[in-house]
Amino acid sequence: MEGRISQIETFGSVDGPGIRFVIFTQGCKFRCKYCHNPETWNLNGGELVSSDELLNKALRYKAYWGKEGGITVSGGEPLLQIDFLIDLFKKAKNLGINTCLDTSGGPFSLDKNYLVKFDELLKYTDLILLDIKHINDQKHIDLTGKTNKNILELAKYLDSKNIPVWIRHVLVPTITDYDEYLIELRKFIDTLSNVKKVEVLPYHNLQIIKYNDLKIKYPLEDVDIPTEERIENAKKILGAN
Amino acid sequence: MVNEWTGFKGGHYETEIDVRDFIKQNYTPYYGDESFLEGPTDATNFLWNKLKELQVAERKKGGVLDMEEHVVSGLTAYKASYLYPEDKTLEKVVGLQTDKPLKRAFMPYGGIKMAEQSLETYGYHLDENLKEIFTKYHKTHNQGVFDVYTPEMKRARHSHIITGLPDTYGRGRIVGDYRRIALYGIDYLIEKKQEDLLNLSNELMDEETIRLREEVADQIKSLKELKVMAADYGYDISKPAKNAHEAIQWLYFGYLGAIKTQNGAAMSVGRISTFLDIYIERDLKNGTLTEKEAQELIDHLVMKFRMVKFARIPSYNELFSGDPVWATLSIAGMGIDGRSLVTKTDFRFLHTLENMGPSPEPNLTVLYSPNLPEAFKKYASKISIDTSSIQYENDEVMRPVWKDDYSICCCVSATETGKEMQFFGARANLAKCLLYAINGGVDEADFKQVGPKYRPITSEYLNYDEVIEKFDAMMDWLAGLYVNTLNLIHYMHDKYYYEAFEMALIDTHVRRTFATGIAGFSHVVDSLSAIKYAKVKTIRNEQGIVIDYQTEGDFPRYGNDDDRADEIAVWLLKTFMSKIAKHHTYRNSEPTTSILTITSNVVYGKATGALPDGRKAKEPLSPGANPAYGAEKSGLLASLNSVAKLPYEYALDGISNTQTISPDALGHNKKERVNTLVSLLDGYFTKGAHHLNVNVFGTEKLIDAMEHPEKEEYQNFTIRVSGYAVKFIDLTKEQQLDVISRTCHKKM
Repeated sequence: MEGRISQIETFGSVDGPGIRFVIFTQGCKFRCKYCHNPETWNLNGGELVSSDELLNKALRYKAYWGKEGGITVSGGEPLLQIDFLIDLFKKAKNLGINTCLDTSGGPFSLDKNYLVKFDELLKYTDLILLDIKHINDQKHIDLTGKTNKNILELAKYLDSKNIPVWIRHVLVPTITDYDEYLIELRKFIDTLSNVKKVEVLPYHNLQIIKYNDLKIKYPLEDVDIPTEERIENAKKILGAN
Repeated sequence: MVNEWTGFKGGHYETEIDVRDFIKQNYTPYYGDESFLEGPTDATNFLWNKLKELQVAERKKGGVLDMEEHVVSGLTAYKASYLYPEDKTLEKVVGLQTDKPLKRAFMPYGGIKMAEQSLETYGYHLDENLKEIFTKYHKTHNQGVFDVYTPEMKRARHSHIITGLPDTYGRGRIVGDYRRIALYGIDYLIEKKQEDLLNLSNELMDEETIRLREEVADQIKSLKELKVMAADYGYDISKPAKNAHEAIQWLYFGYLGAIKTQNGAAMSVGRISTFLDIYIERDLKNGTLTEKEAQELIDHLVMKFRMVKFARIPSYNELFSGDPVWATLSIAGMGIDGRSLVTKTDFRFLHTLENMGPSPEPNLTVLYSPNLPEAFKKYASKISIDTSSIQYENDEVMRPVWKDDYSICCCVSATETGKEMQFFGARANLAKCLLYAINGGVDEADFKQVGPKYRPITSEYLNYDEVIEKFDAMMDWLAGLYVNTLNLIHYMHDKYYYEAFEMALIDTHVRRTFATGIAGFSHVVDSLSAIKYAKVKTIRNEQGIVIDYQTEGDFPRYGNDDDRADEIAVWLLKTFMSKIAKHHTYRNSEPTTSILTITSNVVYGKATGALPDGRKAKEPLSPGANPAYGAEKSGLLASLNSVAKLPYEYALDGISNTQTISPDALGHNKKERVNTLVSLLDGYFTKGAHHLNVNVFGTEKLIDAMEHPEKEEYQNFTIRVSGYAVKFIDLTKEQQLDVISRTCHKKM
């Protein structure tokens, strides 16, 4: 089966455990103000690549993976192509490859038909990196254009299924970097028992070049990157290591 | 058993010179971590600060602190001299090249013109008498070479299709087995060489034998002279070393002898850690040495390696930027018996980079195997991440060729310690060769006929088969001319600048390799790929000579793990090497080749016209076997996989690859970063690759260092370029910009 792929990164070391072959899928319905990969927004962009071709490619890097590494599918929003994901991960597991899904959870719903597929996907998924963009729903809408309700439901659902999860949170001054929100997020995480790790991803602005190339106005031009002190503070509150 | 060997297990080494056997019988593999290590002593801190002050003064004076104008360098040219003469007891390891620290010796035998030029460059003046002696009465290597160069060789040299040749500088790359002095003492070594000389008495006195007899006689003289030199420092090195302190001192005297008599482009130390560890372990067991003292000995030894200096000319500095000496010191590796050769002293050498901060010299090289002890791999990675001062070479591909007691003799080339020497041969510029193939031997820069006048390509668009056919013929010509040029250079080097002292520490019947090299590798591969997979249009001047190219359409590039391009890379290496191997090489040496260009990629690039891969005229070539800047599209590992496909057995002189990774791309925290780097190295070397330089810092830091070289933090800020390390602030602005523009692996 084919999926829409934006890019391949052979050396992913911050998207799951160990060194990982990262497949960036094409297409996302979020419009996060700081999005690092705006070129992946277009649902019809990218290139169609088959799961077999991707896995053949990935296996060329097996020697680097050691005990922990494997493949990670990131995006874009991978869950927009759930049928392709199931096919890819199922084959990967057959090949003994560790699988990791990096998602913001946007397409998730508790709809029965959706859950049939989603449960199938979970069978072949070793780890989920769940990006919670903002714990406050209104702020989440301001930041991404979408609600976070179904995302928090996803977190709870994964908990009920006891699927290992890493929570990832981008620390952006003036948007997420307030103690009250961080504390609220931590409280939510405390309700879950499947969270193996929390990662604070300090906001950076290296993506500005991409926006210039794509001729899109970058919305956070006036926002600075967080200070070391604030990063440490967020890590402490969120219990990140 | 010899008294000094009490406590050691006996073996073959007792009856014949066999340092490897001594090591095998006596070393203690170490599988633990770095927690046993000790910090610097007061003496270390004091001396290192002294040395740093001198380094700052040297920099302020334009790169040279002091130079000799009146004394010809030699083993006994100077009285015993010290880094801190006010209190000689502080230095646990003694011996300077000249009478003052960092002062550069006068070494005329490589070429009196260069010796004079290097003095003049820094405002010194050559003693008139010496100038007369070495022009009128004693010929030098450089003069010898230029006397016999053919017009064709001069043209090829001038156009830089053959380039960086060791005809204006010492060839280097010969590693004396300095351990022998510690293990056996000088007298035994003299005795053995005298036996060799005697054995050479009953042969037919042909040129070869006469020459060897003269060489061995010179070797014996130099061994005797070293004893005199050491005696002036208060040490009698005629007998074996009794303890670790003596072993380290004896060994260093040997190295000092080499750098007093030769100013070769690479003056490597060899492989000494496992050997020295045996002495340290014995003393620790006897209670005559503490860990603190052991580390101090290693720190002081390494401090000496950080002080090696040579007088160089500006053109040399352009080639080999940053004042390198390649005091390459190899550690770790696996034994043929399956045991790791890592000892505590391998940790101690790495630890010098913590005790005294980062430094380009000695050129610390980890002989890497995925089977090395995990704790050692992690510690080396940690030091890499903190200092960017280590390079890694694949023990798994070198051991089958060079056995398990080889040393890195240059930047990345292996040599069997004490058994072998190398004829270093710089590079053939294959990118330029491709352009000659297209233009029928006419140089694309000055339009002169340099190569043979073959029929040029006259079509507007390049045809792959036609280009390959012509390129093949032009490579035939180049390989032949290149080998001949080197034959003549090394004949003269042996004649006028023979390395008697270093060779005294190598077996008399020595194996010789003949190390050629390739420049412009990735650009040739990409250009051929462009011709094959895209459309390449020629742009000609009025005379019809192709001076530029327009490439229409996309094509696979080397560096993306794309077999279409990488197959061309493998073909290129194999083809060129097989052409080299067809020719007679001097003294029946074994030809090898390398893909490593050091910082010289900038100079070589300046002399090379535009190429079909899109590289503009005069732009730097990619260094070593690195893919072209900007070629790779899917990350570091794809790039590494491409380089790993190059078969080491066709490039036994080395395949260098330099990568800069931002710390953030290695992981979120120190622990993650260390683990990632270990996995990276395990993977790359499992793939069969040969060499990797690892730099860990962001582009921002480089830019800041370029703009603010005066900042304290950048005084010893070390980066790895192909095959060696340099202080970044010592590079020319051009080279700094080149380093900055090379891919920095950083993920968004």
